[in-house]
Amino acid sequence: MSPELSTPVTARTRWIILLVITGVVLAGAGVYAVSAFQRFQQGQLAGSSVKVASGDTALPVEPFVLFRNTAAGQGYGKAATVPLDDVQGARSVSGVACDRVYGNHQSMVCLRTNRGLVTSFEAAVYNADYQQGSSEAVPGVPSRARIDPTGTMMSSTVFVTGHSYAGSGFSTETVIRPLAGGDSPGNLEKFTFIVNGETVTATDRNMWGVTFVPGDPDSFYATTSSSGRLWLVRGSISARTLTAVHDGVECPSISPDGTRIGFKKNTGTQVAPHWKIAVLDLGSGMETVLAETASVDDQVEWLDNDFLLYGLPRADQPGDSDIWKIPAVQDSAPELFIEHAWSPSVVH
Amino acid sequence: MYLSMADRKGGATDEPVEESAGTGIQAPVPVKATTRRSLRPFRLSPVILSLGVVSMLTDVSSESVAAILPLYLTGFLGLSTIAFGIIDGINQGASALVRIAAGWASDRMGHPKRIAIAGYGLSMLARVGFLFAGGFWSIAGLIAGDRIGKGIRTAPRDALITMSAQPEHLARHFGIHRMLDNIGAALGPLLAFFILMLIPNGYATVFVVSLAFAVIGVVALVLLVPDLRPGTWAGRNAGRQRAEVAADMPSGAAVAADMPSGAAAQRAEKATRPALLVFRWSLFREPGLGRLLVAAGLLGLLTVGDGFIYLVLQDRDAFAVQWFPLLYVGTNVAFLLFAIPMGRLADRWGRGRVFVAGHAALLVCYLLAAAPLTGLGPTLACLALLGIFYAATDGVLAALASRLAPAHLLATGIGAAQTVVALSRMAASALFGVLWFAVGPSTAMVIVSSALAVAVAVSAVILRGATKQEAAA
Repeated sequence: MSPELSTPVTARTRWIILLVITGVVLAGAGVYAVSAFQRFQQGQLAGSSVKVASGDTALPVEPFVLFRNTAAGQGYGKAATVPLDDVQGARSVSGVACDRVYGNHQSMVCLRTNRGLVTSFEAAVYNADYQQGSSEAVPGVPSRARIDPTGTMMSSTVFVTGHSYAGSGFSTETVIRPLAGGDSPGNLEKFTFIVNGETVTATDRNMWGVTFVPGDPDSFYATTSSSGRLWLVRGSISARTLTAVHDGVECPSISPDGTRIGFKKNTGTQVAPHWKIAVLDLGSGMETVLAETASVDDQVEWLDNDFLLYGLPRADQPGDSDIWKIPAVQDSAPELFIEHAWSPSVVH
Repeated sequence: MYLSMADRKGGATDEPVEESAGTGIQAPVPVKATTRRSLRPFRLSPVILSLGVVSMLTDVSSESVAAILPLYLTGFLGLSTIAFGIIDGINQGASALVRIAAGWASDRMGHPKRIAIAGYGLSMLARVGFLFAGGFWSIAGLIAGDRIGKGIRTAPRDALITMSAQPEHLARHFGIHRMLDNIGAALGPLLAFFILMLIPNGYATVFVVSLAFAVIGVVALVLLVPDLRPGTWAGRNAGRQRAEVAADMPSGAAVAADMPSGAAAQRAEKATRPALLVFRWSLFREPGLGRLLVAAGLLGLLTVGDGFIYLVLQDRDAFAVQWFPLLYVGTNVAFLLFAIPMGRLADRWGRGRVFVAGHAALLVCYLLAAAPLTGLGPTLACLALLGIFYAATDGVLAALASRLAPAHLLATGIGAAQTVVALSRMAASALFGVLWFAVGPSTAMVIVSSALAVAVAVSAVILRGATKQEAAA
């Protein structure tokens, strides 16, 4: 022990200073936490910052857009819908909280974070009356969700997160499973991966962003990465294969007519990615990069055969975002589609 | 002399040896385990208790943020994690290199506490930054600051522990420190998730609470931990150092056994010389420390990141999927439970032995992960083994290094050992990623297990000489 500590008075003084500072700092943090909690409660009770239609308890019958409501106030983070012919109008907000949502007329897939001392993540399926059906645990932060056009299969992509800033690095898990539960094609990492006719035995592959091919319930597209490369793969559920068909395509989304794929294309570096929206013509293999200047980290959704929808976070309001619309041709201008919204699915 | 004879026969042993006061001559204690006892009864140093509490507070602070960061980045800010994985690799490398540099700076300056405050302070400043950051690069910069702060503080803090501990109970003292440290690491994520449970988007609150714990930690360090000087400590321990250096002579090489006693005295004198620009050579000329660095590096090269083990576990076990975020906490809890028992075992049975045996526990965990077992049992067993591995290697390594480093290069020696381990483990994770990629998780685990089994045997032999030396403590 050092001399100054052996003097009881000095030691006592030091303890008193420590206890006072500890008290002040903890009190400060406590006051902040309590006021944050009160603000949260008030925010929940406060009316929504957007126009909300009076309580709907089911998915609409008319064509609609399903999305995650990110408007502050009541209904934040809940699945919501607007009529397709009046997307800027009042939204109907459900009571179902989701981080990522996708739907059709019969059902809705909801990926969410269950907050608790043990925070877990789940993929839940709801029917048209917002009643929960099957549900399965997923190993990380929700990223992408899709339902196939026949309404039998769903896919989910999550970022596998153990702990720490990055854990063992970037890892995703993508699973295809029946909406009704039961026997499942399962994890895409278990599928046979074929590049240029040769089977790649590598198991350190990441898959993300499934899109189901219209009119062919067995087929889908997705992104597969391995040792720093990225491929667009065409998958077969029955054969359990993934076949590389194109390079550098992330988060594919196939057009309703099945001829083109909208995707995000990294024009930056691996460390600092900048994703441009691009469209790949499956017939010719031609890529068209669209004019949106912001980096788009989303799986685009086709509004119809001509327009793409995608979410952009609001820089000034963390936790809030907007859905934008852009014509799927070169040199087109984006326009705001739905304010304070995320994760759109268009249900005709 | 007895020890030289033993060495010439190649029979160097890890037996505890008793120091005959003042003479520098060491005589083996009778081998019967029951007769092994400490020279002085154990007494917990208040300095180490304070350092442990400082580490606990700091870990509550850092682990609460680390636990929620993936959610914050991807779920809340909408930033992709791929880039963070790459940047984090760079940060870990920087943090590893900073350890030896901070140790050296601490030795040169002669005030380990000041360097430790700089390290804890830098991490605290990073917490302040989190309150204002929102963009990709600002957060990446803050993570780098936090990591580097951790790298700076570790070696000088472990030097302070060494200076405050009774030498014969050194590993036990490190065990107490690591236990407190890991209580913080286990509490931090729970605290963070509790806040998010009450306030779903309450990331700012988590950052504020994290900053509060960081501030209290730094203040406690400044106020409670004395500014111990390695110089005075070295003076008090000069007799011990001379004895160790002399005892080490035969174990280095066959030639060394015949080295005239004048040379040994010269070396002993050099070991107690005040810190000058003698960083590179004298450090690695210490044969015991050199052996430790080689053995630790070899074992580190076969220590793949926990993340891989967790991925293997969650791949086959539904339990692990649901509780994936808690696997890390489970390992920490096992670490804190075993930290003191492993420290005590190391003091009695030999620190080198426990260090090597800890890697055997890791080996069993690899095999459990590779085996086609399902269910809760193997998962929990693997977490317990990982905890035992950390308990038997983390503090014990610092204890080993601090007993083998010359007094004037105490923090440098500790930092060197930690840098070697951190860099070799990074290399291990990178190599294992390639292996995993090539042959699949189970086969990769089996291959690494086989190599680790060989490495455990080899390092046991390498460490024999070194552990004999540190057992003299």
